Amino acid sequence: MSTTAVPEVAVTAVDEGFWTRNRKIGVVLLALGVLAAVLFGALATDQHARFTLSETEGGAALEINGTVGAILFGLITAAAGGALLAGVPKRWFALLLGAGLVAFVLSFLCWQVSAAPEGRNFMPLVNVVRGTFILALPLIFGALAGVLCERSGVVNVAIEGQLLMGAFSGALFGSMSGSVWVGLVAAAIGGAFISFLLAVFSIRYLVDQVVMGIVLNLLAVGITGFLYERLMQTDAAKYNSAPRFGNWEIPLLSDIPLIGPALFRGNIFLYLGLLLVLVIHLALFRTRWGLRTRSVGEHPTAADTLGVKVLRLRYRNVILAGLVAGVGGASYTLALYSFTKNMIGGKGFIALAALIFGRWSPTGALLAALFFGFADQLATYLGAIGSSIPSQFLAMLPYLATILAVAGLVGKVRAPAADGKPYIKG
Amino acid sequence: MTNPNPVSGSPDKEPATEAQESLSEARATPTQPAGDTEQTVPATATAKRPAPAGESRPGMGRMFLDNLWAANTVTVTVLAVLLAMVVGAVLIIVSDPEVLATYSYITARPSDALNASWTVVSEAYANLFKGAIFDPDAVGFTAVMSPISETLTYAAPLVFTGLSVALAFRGGLFNIGAQGQATIAVILAAVAGFALPLPPVVHLLVALIAGALGGALWGFIPGILKARAGAHEVINTIMLNYVAVYFLSWIIVQNGVQNPNRSDAISKPVDSTAQLPRLLGDDLRVHAGILLAVAATWFIAWLLNRSTLGFELRAVGANPDAARTAGISVTKTYVLVMVLAGMLAGLGGSTMVLGTTATALTPLVIAQIGFDGILVALLGRVKPWGVLLAALLFGALQAGGNRMQSYSGISLELVTVLQALIVIFIAAPALVKTIFQLRAARAARLQTSLAKGW
Repeated sequence: MSTTAVPEVAVTAVDEGFWTRNRKIGVVLLALGVLAAVLFGALATDQHARFTLSETEGGAALEINGTVGAILFGLITAAAGGALLAGVPKRWFALLLGAGLVAFVLSFLCWQVSAAPEGRNFMPLVNVVRGTFILALPLIFGALAGVLCERSGVVNVAIEGQLLMGAFSGALFGSMSGSVWVGLVAAAIGGAFISFLLAVFSIRYLVDQVVMGIVLNLLAVGITGFLYERLMQTDAAKYNSAPRFGNWEIPLLSDIPLIGPALFRGNIFLYLGLLLVLVIHLALFRTRWGLRTRSVGEHPTAADTLGVKVLRLRYRNVILAGLVAGVGGASYTLALYSFTKNMIGGKGFIALAALIFGRWSPTGALLAALFFGFADQLATYLGAIGSSIPSQFLAMLPYLATILAVAGLVGKVRAPAADGKPYIKG
Repeated sequence: MTNPNPVSGSPDKEPATEAQESLSEARATPTQPAGDTEQTVPATATAKRPAPAGESRPGMGRMFLDNLWAANTVTVTVLAVLLAMVVGAVLIIVSDPEVLATYSYITARPSDALNASWTVVSEAYANLFKGAIFDPDAVGFTAVMSPISETLTYAAPLVFTGLSVALAFRGGLFNIGAQGQATIAVILAAVAGFALPLPPVVHLLVALIAGALGGALWGFIPGILKARAGAHEVINTIMLNYVAVYFLSWIIVQNGVQNPNRSDAISKPVDSTAQLPRLLGDDLRVHAGILLAVAATWFIAWLLNRSTLGFELRAVGANPDAARTAGISVTKTYVLVMVLAGMLAGLGGSTMVLGTTATALTPLVIAQIGFDGILVALLGRVKPWGVLLAALLFGALQAGGNRMQSYSGISLELVTVLQALIVIFIAAPALVKTIFQLRAARAARLQTSLAKGW
């Protein structure tokens, strides 16, 4: 077993001297803030930027003059950057960085919304929040699948394939049986099928896990695409018209303004996804299973010495991950769309990015998935108001953010120590 | 049986014969005589297990048979292809409602089910073969050469992306970014191809170089991030793939790039001066890209096995710490490997738009060549000539798949399934060994020295 270390050149050197990481980020934030204040302020119009608390133009709204808002929020970003540059205690870092980035986005939105043509110069926040969660859902499920796998030391690049297989078998068996619940179970089993292959080949046959993940993605694309053309295209009524879960309104909670209509009138997948984040978080950090999983992911030899069945635990977790990702795939075909070829279209890889961006923790993955979902939703919204910003560049945002994250610009990202290393009992 | 074999060969070991033997699919490769397979078997396959008692010195023929049924590279590859085709056949049968219907009364009349299955499967695979190698019913030069021409056309870009991935593997890096590198390259090559007014040969060269540089840039980014910040290249190359895709879909619709006569997302066509010349006349699609691919294979083989850089690269790939101790600059090597890999993938992308596959940019212009390149590299056992043969097999599957789709109505996606399955079985020789009860031999495991996780 050749476990060659990746050289960590210059990683320690970053924090030396005056230019600590915090100060560097402070400079970047300051520059962004000044840019926002000057550029967005100049481009914004004197019209009001309206952020309505409903799905339409009417109703209660937060209003601000476009130019004033763009400059004001830009200055807030600059101030946050300045504070970081001046050198504040470390515990303020996350707060200042978060505030700075949010203010930057708000400044940008003030410009965009106020510059939109008459009649479209408002932003319905309910739609935005709901859209963010809907777009983030497959990412949440996918990233959770990644957490389960990678915390126990198996790299899961096959999230894309698991989502796709889940979506496919959910649609197929849901249509054939006419029952959403059969579809849901079938979707979970479909995802688990791909992750079972991942488990067998990486744990039993010691195939490189990244290689296996990539190949399994292609296999899933191939099998679902093949069966889609052979079955679903020839007889869509029989094979590709799955029943869909309706929206469930949660009493009381759904009456909360903004959050209520956006979050508590959703479908089962939304609740399931958020519940799973909570459950997996608690399980991972508060239960015996979680402790064992993490120990197997960090130091399998030590765990084995203490009597943990390393391989069995890995098998179990990888298959669990497939079940979760399969349900995530079903959130497409059993709630929103009918199945189409390669319908996941890279979401599995954004889920992987969310997992890494969220530093392999369920809550981090949730936040990262929401951030990516928001970027996605923003691209849609800007397209709808005829913005001058090309949507493609907004679509790049999750990927660029992840590159910055792993390059060490947004804090150190560290994978579980044994992630990707097969365990050979010696 | 007196030759106990080291279980783990180092990635450096590369007997000349192995390069030739990794593919058994002689039918897919016009360069390889049919007998080649059997010649090389005794040379590479050796048994680890002692002979059963009572068998003192087996004869030549017996030894040959033993080795044939040992888990050497060739046998595993053939059996992997075979297994993949069996699974493919099952998929064909399962997805055909008429054939499936015959299985409902299989106990009563099993011949119906078997005949129907055999017909649909054999017809599909016959068309696969006819589309890829040779169609016995074809008359005339063009019709006879057409399958081979198609195979070579599809194989050319895969050779480049396969080499790109294989080279990075040898340097200890996993380049999943061949897709993105090829995407950036295809943009630059196409833009150079229609925007610059240049004379014939110069124009082609400039376009190719533009593509190679684009790929090199897209390889440089993960390379430098790996060397300087320790950022894992797998993550970064995946992310850059998508950045490249969105950049492509943005640039296609820009003024000066989009075809002014069209409203959909397609660029201006590449000038004829920048196109790779066709090799077998205007009716056949095979173009000079395949010659470039062979030249690139030769160059990479030389680079890996004969040059100083290649030695350093393999040393870093095998053990970076030891390489550093020996005075090799690991960071410099990582960057160089990724730049070279990007360049190769870039050339592969360029041949897509400068060759006959496409003449203008579209969102899907490079298809899946980057991801297929990963499979090709693995199937070719990350060795240059192996990659060439693997690319020919994949090109043949692609070309045959087209005919299978139009003649038998079997979706082209079956080819993707076959390709993925072949590589899965290749990657897990132990599985193939178990299924066929092969005797242990020098393990044909992937020597990628990659077990280091994120």
